[in-house]
Amino acid sequence: MNLTLKIWRQHDAAKSGQMVTYHVEEVSPDMSFLEMLDVLNERLILDGDDPVAFDHDCREGICGMCGLVINGVAHGESRATTTCQLHMRQFSDGDVITVEPWRAAPFPVIKDLVVDRSAFDRIIQAGGFISVPAGSAPDAHAVPVKKEDADAAFDAATCIGCGACVAACPNGSASLFTAAKITHLGLLPQGQPERAVRAKAMVEQMDLEGFGGCTNTGECTAVCPKGIPLDTIARMNADFLGRRG
Amino acid sequence: MTSIIERGAATRPIVPPPARKPGFFGSSTGQKAVMAVTGAVLVLFLAGHMAGNLKTFAGATAFNEYAAWLREVGYPALPKRAVLTLVEVVLVAAVGLHLWSAVALARRAARARPVRYARRRRSQAGGYVVHIMRWGGLTIALFVIYHLLDLTFGVANPAGPAATPYARVVAGFQHWYVTLVYTLAVVMVGLHLRHGLWSAFQTLGLGRHRKALQAGAVLVSAGLVAGFLSVPYAVLIGVVR
Repeated sequence: MNLTLKIWRQHDAAKSGQMVTYHVEEVSPDMSFLEMLDVLNERLILDGDDPVAFDHDCREGICGMCGLVINGVAHGESRATTTCQLHMRQFSDGDVITVEPWRAAPFPVIKDLVVDRSAFDRIIQAGGFISVPAGSAPDAHAVPVKKEDADAAFDAATCIGCGACVAACPNGSASLFTAAKITHLGLLPQGQPERAVRAKAMVEQMDLEGFGGCTNTGECTAVCPKGIPLDTIARMNADFLGRRG
Repeated sequence: MTSIIERGAATRPIVPPPARKPGFFGSSTGQKAVMAVTGAVLVLFLAGHMAGNLKTFAGATAFNEYAAWLREVGYPALPKRAVLTLVEVVLVAAVGLHLWSAVALARRAARARPVRYARRRRSQAGGYVVHIMRWGGLTIALFVIYHLLDLTFGVANPAGPAATPYARVVAGFQHWYVTLVYTLAVVMVGLHLRHGLWSAFQTLGLGRHRKALQAGAVLVSAGLVAGFLSVPYAVLIGVVR
């Protein structure tokens, strides 16, 4: 199929960018979205043009590197799917596809479609860990964990930190990302001693980075490739407020 | 042409740390908690207001006596208007803080996305939330001003400030356009509460049963809308005269 792409091109963080139109021909429906961009880039390189920069690594939906806003939707319209797992069979011949980077002040564009997500690292550094002497791994049954808690903690731990929640949120909030880590650690016995301190420190860092506040629109969880539930944000709020109770 | 992509060092903050920590009211979660608590106060008031309105169906005397009683609750143990003044102060504070947190969160959101998407972001969550909550909230605020001028102070009421409360209600709602304005405003309140009610629970960390809370919010909102609209429509069709 033949497609028209409107892609955000920006040379670096200092320069301003603009949407540029490209035509890509003979795209196979079996290609992933990123493979389609590879095809475009091969041609751009042969023509002596600057290829479109975009983030990617594992290309199997588990690393959290890729992330494009496709036709106004983070990771495209397929639910629970990363950009690399989005296939061209979702599109039709002649489609015009808009491709933009995540848009948020704390995620400055480095080049074209690549944004700097270090803000997420700093939120984790603020408290997304447990400060226990690690030692050797304990026996799996040494500390009993309820099955429901283990499942919910694992669901929250599947967050890959791609940033789609921020990109989709009308407020540019990082609440789902922050809440996923707070829920993951807060549900397990190892996370209990620092539970209140962690929530406070991580929320504070999230605010300092310049992310917006949550208004419970649910846009984040709808685009999340791992389907992190909105309930994690309720838990984050409870942990944050609990400290003051 | 090649260019080197510089990865931001994980330790380099984009925003320099402020001299003073933002504190509870400076944090997004704190501001949201203010929004939730003040919203809850206003919802409790609305429930009482709606129940009081239904006194209209008990007739002119009962309604006027109820209106007079509101001004002397607790008298003579308490001075006249003491309870009413307290309620008024709490309501003004609640509305003020609700507005403050809305403005603070909206400004935070605007700062968080300085560059908009070229392709209009398509909602993936049925999201009418942002427009209904922000612009709807503003609509409700404007309506409250008109409503106070109409039925509390009576200056915008066809029967005027000298008339009894019951006479003012009947005089106003006989006009279809007055009823229309009230209908639009009350429906807007309902849409606001549909999201606001469960959202308050979520914000205060009580939102573990989200589906049940969302269904409850729809029921309570619909109940309030029906209760509030029963009086104007009863007047309009002549059941209450």
